[in-house]
Amino acid sequence: MTTIDATTQTDRPGGPATTPILEAHGLVKTFGRVVGLDGVDLELYRGEVLAIIGDNGAGKSTLIKCLTGAEIPDRGGILLDGKPVHFKRPQDARTAGIETVYQTLAVAPSLDVASNLFLGREVRRKGVLGSVFRMTDRAGMRERARRELRELGISTLQDVTVPVENLSGGQRQAVAVARAAAFGSKVVVLDEPTAALGVRESGQVLELVRTLRDKGVPVIIISHNMPQVFEVADRIHIQRLGKRVATITPKSHTMTEAVAIMTGAAEA
Amino acid sequence: MSTSMLPAHDPALEFLDHRTPIDRARGLLHRYPALSPAIVLVVSVIVFGFLNDRFWAPGNLSLITQQVAVVGTLAVAQTLVILTAGIDLSVGSAMVLASMVIAQVTSAAGVPAVPALMIGLVVGLATGGLNGLLVTRLKLPPFIATLGTLNIFLAITLLYSRGATVRGAEMPSLMTWTGTTFPVFGVRISTGVLLMLGAYLLVALVLSRTAWGTHVYAVGDDKDAARLSGISVNRVLLSVYLSAGAILALAAWIQIGRSNAASPNVGVDLNLDSITAVVIGGTSLFGGRGTVWGTLLGALIVGVFRNGLSLAGLDVLYQTLAVGVLVIIAVSLDQWIRKVRK
Ligand SMILES: Nc1ncnc2c1ncn2[C@@H]1O[C@H](COP(=O)(O)OP(=O)(O)O)[C@@H](O)[C@H]1O
Ligand SMILES: [Mg+2]
Repeated sequence: MTTIDATTQTDRPGGPATTPILEAHGLVKTFGRVVGLDGVDLELYRGEVLAIIGDNGAGKSTLIKCLTGAEIPDRGGILLDGKPVHFKRPQDARTAGIETVYQTLAVAPSLDVASNLFLGREVRRKGVLGSVFRMTDRAGMRERARRELRELGISTLQDVTVPVENLSGGQRQAVAVARAAAFGSKVVVLDEPTAALGVRESGQVLELVRTLRDKGVPVIIISHNMPQVFEVADRIHIQRLGKRVATITPKSHTMTEAVAIMTGAAEA
Repeated sequence: MSTSMLPAHDPALEFLDHRTPIDRARGLLHRYPALSPAIVLVVSVIVFGFLNDRFWAPGNLSLITQQVAVVGTLAVAQTLVILTAGIDLSVGSAMVLASMVIAQVTSAAGVPAVPALMIGLVVGLATGGLNGLLVTRLKLPPFIATLGTLNIFLAITLLYSRGATVRGAEMPSLMTWTGTTFPVFGVRISTGVLLMLGAYLLVALVLSRTAWGTHVYAVGDDKDAARLSGISVNRVLLSVYLSAGAILALAAWIQIGRSNAASPNVGVDLNLDSITAVVIGGTSLFGGRGTVWGTLLGALIVGVFRNGLSLAGLDVLYQTLAVGVLVIIAVSLDQWIRKVRK
């Protein structure tokens, strides 16, 4: 097995010269006496899918939360595009271009697909209707929603006026991912996006992840499903007991080796 | 790597559903919450018209609209609150407080009409603001918060007015202007009814055409999801209770015109009657689903039932009974409709 440094140097997509789009170093987060993160580094490069795996309680969600403003780390720093950022709340990260799909889907079931895609960032109409009367540009948002969904290859969602509650689980997840991906975001973070889905629907979501990556949007994905991780990820960040123990790739390691590192049965 | 693990998806499959006609009906009612009250209203109007031909008399139709004006206006405020999965038990008593303040400052203190109405608006906003702060800052369940303020507003009203009614003649004529009527195709419509319709139109437009309207539905749907979507949930809630306060001030004005007086004893039934109209109008008590037009239909249904049953010579208790049955049917229907959600 190779060392952490060797794999990160040789296998990152942009080559050694590129700076990571998102970078964390020395992240520490404690909850009272419980150590959630114990000095974690992470690098995400342009155009890659980075999977985060680890046992329950390894600190995956806490790491994600620190990167997306849902938790504030005790120590350590985060760089976005090489510049330090200090997120106080999720909205800060979102404004900076980091979109997150939380495990508990953040969609409004009774609103239609287009309204959900634009929820919290509605587009107003031009002229006084928009500026004085604050009317939203419904037709424009629907048109834009259709276009975004088409570009993401989500052909099953062409009727953007359907309430989200009438959709299947996979389609809802697709709406949530599309929402994260649709607005020129720099980074998309997905926390266990396929956990509640069947095989076919999981496949749709993974396809979406690849589409995003191919459009140049890097993706961080937490998953427990090793075959899915090995299918979709370019690199795999392994968390164990609040630390990053290794960063591997599907080519450098087998699933069995990855699980062994994850559980502490093998050294990285 | 990029080969799909999926079979090619066939969009036509989405339309080949195997739903029964009942499922379809449920889906339709789910998508158009005002549909069931619209059907109930049409049927009840036809039935009551058959039972007694005086029902269609212009004077009677005029009476129904005027009886609906106050509770119908309060029900607009109630709809906003219920859409956020809240409830406002205090709208009626807050309205009476506003109407007593308007009446007192014009009659006893001699404040001119327009400033008096502004004072009424401020009272309405203050009551709504108090409810909003209790719900957003103290995190009280709306039911409890407004149960408390219901009693507080009631007590303040009685203390402030010393239980005395102020007659319309003691106030400037603008105060009772909402009770003046004019003919529309032979049916006399009051200014108050027009103001009520204006409130419906305005709120319907705001709910369907502004981001704020979308956020009201989103907050009622799922507060956490709304928050994670970047919506300031507390700000939306506070603005909803403040809007309710402004609307109940309008209702206070309509009430003074309608009864040609301001009385501290009118509002207790209105708290619950406004909820009745909203619920019969197809708005879900669980939030996120419903329209103000449904509420207007709900208010009209209650008015038509009360009027039709009394024309049929039935005791007023049967009206109360009928309204009770309607509420239970409406809520059961909502429960059943909501099962569409997977
Ligand atoms: N809000 C919290 N309060 C207290 N302890 C927490 C909190 N969030 C996470 N933890 C603890 O931090 C550790 C890492 O948790 P988490 O990041 O959720 O792990 P994972 O997502 O990998 O399962 C666990 O021991 C967990 O109990
Ligand atoms: Mg977790």
